[in-house]
Amino acid sequence: MKIKLRIFILGCKDVIPLLIPVVPFGIIFGVIGIESGLGATITFLMSMIIFAGSSQLAFAQLFTSGATIPVIVSSVAIINSRHFLYSAVIAQYLTKLKLFWKIILSYFLTDQAFIVSQKYFKNQLNNKFRHYHLLGSGFTLWFIWQLSTIAGIVVGEVIPKELNLAFAIPLTFISLIIVDMKKIDHLIVAITSGVFAVIFFNLPLRTYIIVAAAAGILVAYGLTHTKFFKK
Amino acid sequence: MIWLALISAGFVTFFTRFSMIALLKKDYFSPRIKLVLSYVPSAVFPAIIFPAIFLNSTGQLTFVDNPKILAALIAVLIGYLTENVIATIFSGLAVLWLLIFLT
Repeated sequence: MKIKLRIFILGCKDVIPLLIPVVPFGIIFGVIGIESGLGATITFLMSMIIFAGSSQLAFAQLFTSGATIPVIVSSVAIINSRHFLYSAVIAQYLTKLKLFWKIILSYFLTDQAFIVSQKYFKNQLNNKFRHYHLLGSGFTLWFIWQLSTIAGIVVGEVIPKELNLAFAIPLTFISLIIVDMKKIDHLIVAITSGVFAVIFFNLPLRTYIIVAAAAGILVAYGLTHTKFFKK
Repeated sequence: MIWLALISAGFVTFFTRFSMIALLKKDYFSPRIKLVLSYVPSAVFPAIIFPAIFLNSTGQLTFVDNPKILAALIAVLIGYLTENVIATIFSGLAVLWLLIFLT
């Protein structure tokens, strides 16, 4: 019992440094949820049910621009497709667990929890309680995310509309990819996607986001074939 | 309508996290698939960023009298130099507020 708790607490501790940007991000999402007219209940439930910040922001943005359900859901799917990668890498460490554990740990598999727990798992090949680390890192992030969302909802209710806080949406996305933009291949993919989005913005049902993302991913796929960008 | 969107989005997100954990015993993803997946943020987020900066409320490209362009450029510059999420977001907002309220 004691060893499980110790591993759980280690997971909680390991993820703490990565929480610093999570708090303002959660607050921004809460504020935007209110500004977009989603209401406090939906905004809060979105953090509980989806629990993936950037896709929640995109959801709010698309919802206010009048996108239909298939467009909203497929945009969320594309943004969150990076989780397939985490899921595939983590799978090898969780094979012996019961289905219930796999479901719980999957729900907690965020960018931050993945980064710290994968690092831990690599050095714990014979530790049968290692999954408590992911439970700790995932739960800590989950808890802070819910708290920050609530703080954002409270702030959002009192903030004046004139501040144009919806502009925090593109700014937040800029902050999420800016480090990658130092690499020329990522920059090419990003500009392709952005230009496609502007050109095809008036496509029906707000499908421009799917078209632009597809164009970006196709270019990325092409780049992985070129000798110049071989990693 | 919004409930359906929310539940479906939640289900899809859970699926992206659960699928491989449920299916795989080993890490079968090829290096190429991993590499392509690593480009996903760069391929998706600009599709939200560009229209939010360069288009006005009626969906027209607007380069003149558009304070969002300068604000976004400053945010990109600050982000590039500091690699700090909070500094990036707030520098952009600060420039936008300056341009809107002081001119």
